[in-house]
Amino acid sequence: MTWSGFILMAASVGTVTVLFAWCIYQVLTTSQESGEARSVEPHKPNQGAPP
Amino acid sequence: MAVAGSAVGLGNFLRFPGLAAQYGGGAFMLAYAISFLIIGLPIGWAEWAMGRHAGTRGYHSAPASFAIILRRPWAKYAGIIAVIVPVVIYLYYVFIESWCLGYAVKFWLGEVHLSTPAETEAMFKTMSGQAFDGAALAFSWDVALPWLLIVTALNFYLIIRGLSGGIEKMCNYGMPALILLALVVLARVLTLGAPDPARPHDSVANGLGYLWNPSKVQIVATSASSPPRDVVGTAALAEARQEVAASDGALKLQTMSPWRQLLNPALWLAAAGQICFSLAVGFGIIIVYASYLGEKDDVVLSGLTAASANEFCEVALGGLITVPAAVAFLGLASVAGQGTFGLGFTVLPLVFAKMPFGAFFGGAFFFMLFLAAITSSIAMLQPGVVFLEEALGVGKGTAVTLLAALTTAGCGLVVYFTGGQMKALDTLDFWAGTLLIFILATLQILIFSRHWGVKRGFDELHLGAAMRVPSIFQMIMRWISPVFMLLIFCLWVLKEILGFDLATFQTGGISGYVRDLAGPQASAPARLSVGMIILIALVFTCLTARSKAFKRAERGLQKTETPHLS
Repeated sequence: MTWSGFILMAASVGTVTVLFAWCIYQVLTTSQESGEARSVEPHKPNQGAPP
Repeated sequence: MAVAGSAVGLGNFLRFPGLAAQYGGGAFMLAYAISFLIIGLPIGWAEWAMGRHAGTRGYHSAPASFAIILRRPWAKYAGIIAVIVPVVIYLYYVFIESWCLGYAVKFWLGEVHLSTPAETEAMFKTMSGQAFDGAALAFSWDVALPWLLIVTALNFYLIIRGLSGGIEKMCNYGMPALILLALVVLARVLTLGAPDPARPHDSVANGLGYLWNPSKVQIVATSASSPPRDVVGTAALAEARQEVAASDGALKLQTMSPWRQLLNPALWLAAAGQICFSLAVGFGIIIVYASYLGEKDDVVLSGLTAASANEFCEVALGGLITVPAAVAFLGLASVAGQGTFGLGFTVLPLVFAKMPFGAFFGGAFFFMLFLAAITSSIAMLQPGVVFLEEALGVGKGTAVTLLAALTTAGCGLVVYFTGGQMKALDTLDFWAGTLLIFILATLQILIFSRHWGVKRGFDELHLGAAMRVPSIFQMIMRWISPVFMLLIFCLWVLKEILGFDLATFQTGGISGYVRDLAGPQASAPARLSVGMIILIALVFTCLTARSKAFKRAERGLQKTETPHLS
């Protein structure tokens, strides 16, 4: 493996790893800040409304 | 997590390393990164925005999403492509998924004893039923059928459990398990060194070099038409120089710089195709999943997280496992030119068979592939289920039953016609898994940028978003992405349909996939496969035309009720 290959591999792997870690951190901390669990549950217009 | 699960699949661990090695890692990675920025992220975000917009108005299927966004009668018919693509890809994807499960269990049970490439090939041919048409339908644990029944039952069990109760739960456990297994296998691969002292060039370092070195060095025969031979590593290069010097001019060393490689349009086509395939852009899945998000949900972050999870699995895990392991045990010559299945099912089993604790690591690797595959295949069913629910106005149970009947019949065709080159699988992959993906991805970015408008799209995208999409993406989504997609589509037609060699710009005749459909070389499995795609399209078109829900969407009216999900 050449030095340029090593640099390219380190840069590619490093970039995607940092990006992934940052996204996971953002998802977890944003959920905690808003106090809402993030989910893909459907929106029910009448949810929470009095019967 | 569900979208990340749908995006992370077999392509990450098998297709990407093969392509990166074939096109010279450095140059390919540059084209790949550019494609990610101007195709993957923008079109992905466009799908997230359009899906969420339709979802907040009560619609979840792609035809309804297209109809409520465009408010044109033709829009719902264009949306049918986004249902056909995942349903048709599922038909053969679940077959491949069954091989992964079969290989994993057989490795873990210690039933895999391989010592030669011929034996691995025989095992793969038996599992996939390539001996003759119908061979895969034998009920034996060496053949795909029992594994296929298990994975089909599992897929539909998860679908019937619903998006939050089935798919999300599966992805919540499956994705971390997949990453953990991949890290275990990766740690083992990176510590292999050069397993055979007699062949010091066949090492993990040279495998990584083969994949990532920006410049390709090859030994080329000056007169004979034998294929070039890659040279990686200082010692191998010194030996290659001696070999060339001793050849009396019959051989020469050729170095291809990354810039020269980037002039090859086929490289761009491969990189863009991999980005679409890998990020599930143009699959019709993201638009459905996004429709279950509300206006307070952050689709910008969701889109970026799904894309980054996929890229992490692809570049940081897939890019470091498959090819280096194969080079370390089998040498460069065995890896060069291997396609997706070749690398995964005929080369790697031999690698694991030669590796200490190979039964465990082989089982772990194929179970990891199985997890990657099942999180994708369940995602492929969801667009079909919501389409049938909305088009027919039926409940989820009926929709799942209908889709199960349709996919079982379609999968039966794929599983029956396995003789020789698995013609049905190959044909469906070409026409639906490649052509329709390009068409759908292009259509979606055109709808977002031209019909919906980038400003309106960005307003939708930023609803509930903690981070804003950089404004340069407005220009990218308005101009660069559509033009790039159209250019890539034209190149694809030139290469894959009309048979142009994009490196030399010479025609090699009409593509075999076209010749399979008409003329003296027509193939019955290929015709039946394309006929099945057309039949599915016709059925979906009829259902779409009769649907009251889609007519409401076309008029911009809210849907009165949402489909049941869990």
